[in-house]
Amino acid sequence: MLEIKNLHVKLEEEDKQILKGVDLALEPGKVHAIMGPNGSGKSTLSYVLAGRDGYEVTEGSITLGGEDILEMEPEERAAAGLFLAFQYPVEIPGVGNMTFLRTALNAQRKARGEAEMSSADFLKLIREKAKELEIDADMLKRPVNVGFSGGEKKRNEILQMAVLEPRMCVLDETDSGLDVDAMKLVANGVNALRDAGRSFLVITHYQRLLNHIEPDVVHIMSEGRIIKTGGPELALEVEEHGYADLKAEVA
Amino acid sequence: MAALVQAKLDAAMARLDGRPLPAGAKWARDAREGALSRLRAQGLPGRRDEYWKFTNPQTLVQPEAPQAAVFVNEEPPLFDGIDRLKVVFRDGVLDRVASDALALEHLEITTLAEATATDIHWARDLYGVLEERGQTPVDRPLAALNTALAEDGIVIRASGAAPKPVSLIYLHESESSDAMLHHVIRVEKGAVLTILENGPAAARFTKVMEVDVADGGRFHHVRAQGRDHERRAATHLFARLGAESVFKSFTLTVNGMMTRNEQVVELTGDRATAHIAGAAVGDGEFHQDDTVFVTHDAQDCESRQVFKKVLRNGAAGVFQGKILVKPDAQRTDGYQISQALLLDDDSQFYAKPELEIYADDVQCSHGSTCGAIDEELLFYLRARGVPRSEAQDMLVLAFLAEAFDEIEDDRLTVALSERLTGWLARRRD
Ligand SMILES: Nc1ncnc2c1ncn2[C@@H]1O[C@H](COP(=O)(O)OP(=O)(O)OP(=O)(O)O)[C@@H](O)[C@H]1O
Ligand SMILES: [Mg+2]
Repeated sequence: MLEIKNLHVKLEEEDKQILKGVDLALEPGKVHAIMGPNGSGKSTLSYVLAGRDGYEVTEGSITLGGEDILEMEPEERAAAGLFLAFQYPVEIPGVGNMTFLRTALNAQRKARGEAEMSSADFLKLIREKAKELEIDADMLKRPVNVGFSGGEKKRNEILQMAVLEPRMCVLDETDSGLDVDAMKLVANGVNALRDAGRSFLVITHYQRLLNHIEPDVVHIMSEGRIIKTGGPELALEVEEHGYADLKAEVA
Repeated sequence: MAALVQAKLDAAMARLDGRPLPAGAKWARDAREGALSRLRAQGLPGRRDEYWKFTNPQTLVQPEAPQAAVFVNEEPPLFDGIDRLKVVFRDGVLDRVASDALALEHLEITTLAEATATDIHWARDLYGVLEERGQTPVDRPLAALNTALAEDGIVIRASGAAPKPVSLIYLHESESSDAMLHHVIRVEKGAVLTILENGPAAARFTKVMEVDVADGGRFHHVRAQGRDHERRAATHLFARLGAESVFKSFTLTVNGMMTRNEQVVELTGDRATAHIAGAAVGDGEFHQDDTVFVTHDAQDCESRQVFKKVLRNGAAGVFQGKILVKPDAQRTDGYQISQALLLDDDSQFYAKPELEIYADDVQCSHGSTCGAIDEELLFYLRARGVPRSEAQDMLVLAFLAEAFDEIEDDRLTVALSERLTGWLARRRD
C-alpha cells in the first residue's frame, strides 16, 4: 500500500536535515505504529506524506499503491486515498464543518471521476458517522474546529476519516489529549474502518492506544531514522524502559 | 495653496458648466440653491484633500464621465425569486414600464421629479437637509453637487412595516452615461423598510440617499455594486436615527474601476443602533473606498462598522472610518473593524480608523488588519481533497462572513453569498 524508501527530508528554508533515510513498507490491511522521542521527525514524516510545503525531499521515494506521490499536490494525494489526521487540527472560522466536509468529499469524488454525493445522502452519512463518535449535531453546524476542545478536534479528525474513507490513514498523535472514554471512541472509530484494503500508520507516544488499536508492526523512530522495528511487544518495552536502551542498542 | 483652492473651485464650475438647476417648487429650488452655494464655497475634491488622500477623485470630478464599456451579464437578475417592488433606472433614468407600479402597503412612493414639483411635500424637510448636516465637519462636495443637480430618484415614506423590500435596479446601457440620482427616505415611528440596490448604474454614477429613521423605526439597506469593470461611482448615504431605531446597511462591491462609498450616520435618539458593513472583492483595475462617519449624539447607542476587502492583481481598497462620540453620548458602544485579505503582493489596502471621544463613559474599539491567506488553513483544506483554488475561495468567503452576517434577512444573505460564490468559481475556471 505505502512504500517509503530511503527518505531524506530537509527544511526548505534552512539547512536542517530532519529525516535521514526512512524505510517503511505497509501492506494493505495492516496497522503499523510509529513511536519515538519528541522531535524525532514523526510529524515531519506525516506532513511529507500529505504534501505540505516547506520540506524538501533530497533523496528517496514514497509510493502509494505503487504510484509515486511526491510530485502530487496535497489534494491529489487525498483523492488517491491518503488521509492525515493532524496532530494539531486547525480552526477555520467562517467555514462550516458540514460544508467543508461535503466540499472535500465531492472534490475527491470528482477527482476520481465519480458522481457527487447528493445533500440528502451526505446528511445521512455524516449523521450516522457522527453518532458513532458521539459528535452532536451542534458541533457539525459550527465552523471547522472553532471552539472545539482538544478532544473534540481529534474526534472530528476521525469523523472526517470515516466520511472520506481513505485507503491509507495516517494518524498523528490522535490519542493525545483524549480522556479514557474519548480514546475508546476514537479507537472504535478506527477499528470500524479496519479492513483488508485499508492500512493505518499510527503515530503515538502511548502504548495505551495500542491496546485498543492493535498494531501488526511497531517502528521506533529516532533522530530521523527508524531504528528498530518489531511486533506489539516493542511498544510495551518502550512503555517500560523509555528510549534510552533502544538508542544505545543502535549506537 | 490659493492655486489649489482655485483649482477645486474651477473644477466645480467646469462640472456645473452653466447647467441650470432643475425646475421645481420653491422649496426644491431653495434646497438646490443652498447646495449650489455649498459647492461653490467648497469646490470639488482635489488630489491634495486630506479626505481624498487614498483615492484620486479625478475621474469622479472631471466634467465628462470617462467611457465605460457595458458588461454583458448572463446571470439571472440578482435577488430574483425574492418578492420585492422593482424600480428600474436605465443610466439613471426611471423606466416606468420596466418598474412595478409605485405602490405598496404602508408606503407612500413617488419620484423625486414629482415630489420636487409639488408645492407642499414632506420631502422638503429632508431633501438636502441631511446632506447639509453631513457637510460638517468634513466637506462632501460631490453630495452637494448631487443635491443641486439631481433631477430624479425615489422618494419613500414608510408609515408601517412594508410587506416586501423596495428594490432599486440600476441598469447601465450607454458607454458614456453620467447618471445622478437622489433618493429621500423617511421611516416613520415604528415603521420598517428594506431597500435593495443593485447594478452598475452608468459609466459614472453620482448618488445620494438621505434616510431619516424616526423613533423605533427600522431601516435595512442591502446593496450590490456590480459588475461592469469600467464603471465609476461616488455614492453617499446620509442617515439620521431617532430613539430606539435600527439602521443596518450592507454593501457588496465587485468590480468597478472606481467606487467611493461615503456613509454618514448620526445617532440622535437614545438607544439607537447603527450597523454598517461592507464586503469588497477586487481583481485588477479596482479601486474601492469606504468612507464612514458615525456620530453618537445620544445615550446608550450602539454602532458597528465591519468592512472586509479581498484584493488581488493590483486592486486597491481604502477604509476611512470614524466614530465621533459627543459629550452627552454616555454609554456609547462603538465598534469598528476593517480588514483586508491581500491575495498577492501587488494589491494594496489603506486604512485610516479614527476615534474621537468627548464623553467619559463609553466603550469603543477599533481594529484594522491586513494579511495574506493563511497557508496553514489552506493546507488543511487541501489535505482533505479540496483543490487549491477552491480552498482559497472557501477562505475568502469565510473572511467576508463577518460582514455578510450583518445582513438582517437570511434570504438576502443567501442570495448575495451564492452570487459571490458563483463569481469566484467562474474566475477559477
Ligand atoms: N518548519 C520547521 N521549522 C523548523 N524546525 C522544524 C520544522 N518542522 C520540523 N522541525 C524540527 O524537526 C524536528 C522534528 O520535528 P517533528 O515535529 O517531526 O517531531 P515529532 O517526532 O513529531 O515530535 P513530537 O513527538 O514532539 O510531536 C524537530 O527538531 C523540529 O523542531
Ligand atoms: Mg509530532
